[in-house]
Amino acid sequence: MKSSFFGFLFAMWILILVGGGIVVTILGPISISGYGELNGFIASVIKAIIAIILVVIWILILSKLKNWIFRKEIKS
Amino acid sequence: MIELIVPAVVSCIIAFFVVFVMTPPLIKFLEKRNLAVKDMNKKEDVMVVRPGGPSIITGIIASEIILYVFLQLNEILAVIITTSAAFVIGYVDDRRIMGGWFKPAALAIAAIPIIALGAYDSDLAFPLFGTVQIPALYLALIVFMIPITGNTINSIDVLNGVASGFMVIASFSLSICLFIVQNYEIAIVSLPLGFVSVAFYKYHKIPSKIFPGDSGALTLGAMYGTIAIVGGVEIIAAVALLPAVINSFLFLSSIKRIVEHRQVKGKPVDHTDDFRLKTTDDKTAPITLVRLILAGGPLSEKQVSFTIFKLAIFSGILAIITAFMMGISF
Repeated sequence: MKSSFFGFLFAMWILILVGGGIVVTILGPISISGYGELNGFIASVIKAIIAIILVVIWILILSKLKNWIFRKEIKS
Repeated sequence: MIELIVPAVVSCIIAFFVVFVMTPPLIKFLEKRNLAVKDMNKKEDVMVVRPGGPSIITGIIASEIILYVFLQLNEILAVIITTSAAFVIGYVDDRRIMGGWFKPAALAIAAIPIIALGAYDSDLAFPLFGTVQIPALYLALIVFMIPITGNTINSIDVLNGVASGFMVIASFSLSICLFIVQNYEIAIVSLPLGFVSVAFYKYHKIPSKIFPGDSGALTLGAMYGTIAIVGGVEIIAAVALLPAVINSFLFLSSIKRIVEHRQVKGKPVDHTDDFRLKTTDDKTAPITLVRLILAGGPLSEKQVSFTIFKLAIFSGILAIITAFMMGISF
């Protein structure tokens, strides 16, 4: 029982590290050109949308992990 | 670094002793005014006074003012103002039952002084991969972070000593991480949080003489969140807080909406004949960290608390590893 908790914590930690990698390597460099002064704003909106999608994916993965790791416990 | 030793030592002593000395008279004052609630996990009808928030916030403000006299940083003002606002929000909730959205919304407003004082760096630092500049998104992160840390600590305040004990482990882990990333000034600003928590734990541990209440739990959580922002260690702080985050995540994913704990009708935990804690079969009850810990069989309140502390220590170690990884970049 206890080991499953430590496993879940470790999985969350790995997800944070991987998520950080995606944010820095993919999300960070996004830039838009051709819209004048709106370039920065449009880039921020795109980054925000991608960030929200990433958070939703992160929560879905976490939810699946929770069900997988704690299957027996949740059923009880 | 050397010149920071005196303010660090003085503020830590003040933080510890203000709470240590002030809490017993606060307990007597609350007893006289009959501001007590039943300790649901005790066999006998044990009444415990609340809230302990006033002694916690006094310790924090006193120690941070001392630090401001020495260091004069806007970051310290941000910590004082945001944490005090969180205390007021919690105190209102202690005295009057507010709706489920009150605390998150009010705590989001409490985060505004951090932005107004410019006590943040909009570069978000990740381990191994470096930093990302998100000026607009970072403002949203600040507004979200304080409600999340405040409510996360509040939601783990379910057993004697857990909120304050958990905060001792998480805040000292965060302080160590701040030293590792060489943010010495904010590391010293963060130390009073740990010492205030240690002093309060003395009265909050099993059997509790006082509960922190929403005012105490939100104060601790909001200060933790503010330090994470002004110290630029948001990711590290999130890692150190993971067991409490799991608790909130399990609760929200099973209830699927933001509600006050007292609004949830299902009972996740019950008692055996010898008054150990056991999980229930109630399908309407939320899944919580305590309920999952008890899924392996009934445990005493102390055993559940210590399991949570072990998880907090594990997360603290992961946070420290993360802090070391901040210096490595691919």
